[in-house]
Amino acid sequence: MTAAVTAGPTQHGGRRHRPLPAWLLGLIGPAGLVAVVELVPRAGLVDERYLPPCSAMIAALVEQAGTAEFWTALLETLRGWAIGLAIALAAGVVLGIVIGSVPLLRAATNSTIEFLRPIPSVALIPLAVLLFGTDMRSTLLLVVYAAFWQVLVQVLYGVRDVDPVADQTARMYRFRPLTRVVRLIWPTALPYVMTGFRLGASVALILEVTGELIIGSPGLGRQIAVAQTSGAVAPMYALVIVVGLIGVAVNVFARAAERRVLRWHPSVRTEVA
Amino acid sequence: MTTQPVGAAATTSTAMLEVRGLKKIYEGRGRRVEAIRDLTFGVAAGELVCIVGPSGAGKTTLLRCVAGLLDCTEGEVVLEGRRVTEPPPGMAVVFQEYGRSLFPWLTVWQNVELPLKEKRLPKDRRRSLVEESLEAVGLLDAHRAHPWQLSGGMQQRVAIARAIAYEPRVLLMDEPFAAVDAQTRADLEDLVRKLWRELGITVLFVTHDIDESVYLGRRVIVLSHSPTVVLEEVTVDLPDERDQLTTRSLPRFAELRSHVYELVQRAKRGYRPEGR
Amino acid sequence: MTNLIRRAAVALALPVALVVLWWVATADSTSIFWPPLSRILGVFGETWFTGRFTDDVLPSLARLFAGYLAALLLGVAMGVAIGSFRLLRALVEPVLEFFRAIPPPVLVPILMLFAGIGTEMKVLVIVSGCLWPVLLNTVEGVRGLDEVLRDTARCYRLGLRARLFRLILPGASPQIAAGARQALSIGIILMVISEMFAANNGVGFTIIQFQRSFAIPQMWTGIIVLGLIGIALSAIFRMVERRLLGWYIGVREAHRTEG
Repeated sequence: MTAAVTAGPTQHGGRRHRPLPAWLLGLIGPAGLVAVVELVPRAGLVDERYLPPCSAMIAALVEQAGTAEFWTALLETLRGWAIGLAIALAAGVVLGIVIGSVPLLRAATNSTIEFLRPIPSVALIPLAVLLFGTDMRSTLLLVVYAAFWQVLVQVLYGVRDVDPVADQTARMYRFRPLTRVVRLIWPTALPYVMTGFRLGASVALILEVTGELIIGSPGLGRQIAVAQTSGAVAPMYALVIVVGLIGVAVNVFARAAERRVLRWHPSVRTEVA
Repeated sequence: MTTQPVGAAATTSTAMLEVRGLKKIYEGRGRRVEAIRDLTFGVAAGELVCIVGPSGAGKTTLLRCVAGLLDCTEGEVVLEGRRVTEPPPGMAVVFQEYGRSLFPWLTVWQNVELPLKEKRLPKDRRRSLVEESLEAVGLLDAHRAHPWQLSGGMQQRVAIARAIAYEPRVLLMDEPFAAVDAQTRADLEDLVRKLWRELGITVLFVTHDIDESVYLGRRVIVLSHSPTVVLEEVTVDLPDERDQLTTRSLPRFAELRSHVYELVQRAKRGYRPEGR
Repeated sequence: MTNLIRRAAVALALPVALVVLWWVATADSTSIFWPPLSRILGVFGETWFTGRFTDDVLPSLARLFAGYLAALLLGVAMGVAIGSFRLLRALVEPVLEFFRAIPPPVLVPILMLFAGIGTEMKVLVIVSGCLWPVLLNTVEGVRGLDEVLRDTARCYRLGLRARLFRLILPGASPQIAAGARQALSIGIILMVISEMFAANNGVGFTIIQFQRSFAIPQMWTGIIVLGLIGIALSAIFRMVERRLLGWYIGVREAHRTEG
């Protein structure tokens, strides 16, 4: 009978199969993918012009890494991402705490936030182009706009989560507003801020690369667009892989930062995406 | 639902459920934990047997092995002559965590009906079974509610209703009233006894509450600390008609209770029968 | 009654104030970038309701729905499979995490290689972006199914079909819904991007055309339309979610009050 296979290790105590270590299994997957991407174009199953073999991609990647152009673009992407994220974080945290702590503000801004939040940041692309052309600032506009909402929403959840009993205690002891923020609101909201940071970081990267791709701001996205128009397929794939790796790095970094900051924080809460 | 006179069923010696030489060792990451060393006992058809023991006696492990949820390292569990390797038909389990065993997206009625649909019973039969079992636990009026709208005691009653609607041959209960307040517990204990007597099911009841085990059972099996073995089987020769007030004030009740209590205390201190 | 009016007033105060501010601030504007709001609203009707709605908006939305639905079905199916088998998950998870980390717009040039610039490409782009949040959230949802619930299902010998539709899917649905919500915003972004990058019709395409030809008020109307689409879809999603996940909201409320 098909049992729930995801149950614990003692489930099939009768049959003794030594489980392969997770990291080994984790390597087989990507290895398999590499093999597929290598063999399928070579076997002619897919046109090589559309999907060059993995080795060609790697070769193009190595070649790219030898050019100063590549590294400049990489740094520009990271710079735009970091600056945009920082601005969004600062604005989101400050506004979130202020709005979240004052019930009247919260009620008044609620509809506006719910209204503006779903507006896709890409709607601002034409405006950004008009204002800043292909300067990095046009992409920055997109990045800040998109990441800001992620952070703001999470901070608002965080402030809402403050224990009312603790809050009343603070008021009873007549804490100054700033003290309340530092001692009570900030620690409570911190896990949410970290979630906002993580979601914002990933969204910021998406918008940064999007801006470079569509608007032409300096960065890896623009390199990809250039490669595409000049028909350089393998370098294009190589750049996409690099962007993917940056994405993975951003995720890992954000999660690591989250764990580190919250190491001494007994937070038990579920993420509200 | 079939009703059998309880007396008649109990005198037959054919065991409904047999546990023979059950042994369970947990292996993982270089550690070997022998949870259960050797458990052997039987439950006759129509009996209500309680299993009691100190915490860490592997009561839940035992129940999961009997239910077929867990493989045993050695030994076997036999239900009506057939070996149990996976959850067998004709067995229903009531877990301690009632809140987590009911499907929150289904109503009370749908929760009770679900296993019956699996059994492919015709619609009318299902309806009458669900109605009767909800009636028996006193929750027919709440059939449209969702589990989370009910109190803890009510949720556990729904779980019990679900179990008896299933018309099982054996009912396993894993510390079902541990997470319930004392007053509700008393009501639920009486409910279980009532259902047991009316329906003639065989019940294996695991608990850590000594009073409860003596009050409910006809036999109480006391377990040692892990690696678990059977310390003693205590026969409860109280009258079959029991109620919370009179039965618990009987001198015989107090004797049995202190006997079991003493056994459990010894078990906690590591006492084991002749080097087992 | 007065409470309702008061609440409505508070809710509308800021938006109304902002709109008025916008109107007033740009009323005498001669800047190209910031035309008067009155002008923008004036050209709104003729820009969009003289054929653009059917020629651009509807095709865009149709592509979005097609891609989104395909991503949902595929993501949930794969997610259930991967989430149920530990071995499969260990094998596949690193690869999935990599693909998920690739910002979806970047795949547009790649998919253009395979699928040209037609409708297939745009739908494919949307699927490729929407798939990951749904898939990964489904995996999480399946993994997070309550152990006791699973044991109950086993004890009562629920068959595969019952387990899937009565246990796994409903149980994972809160997580799946979270993934679906992320996927929706990604889908809208990709719908617009794919049209801005390479297309001959669609909302994104239209807006870029306006911008390139310096038809600024019309461009602004386009931005407003995109905003409205985003808001409308989000509202529809919330309505559907509330209907399907009514039980989950109830459970959370129950937990919150007893905590």
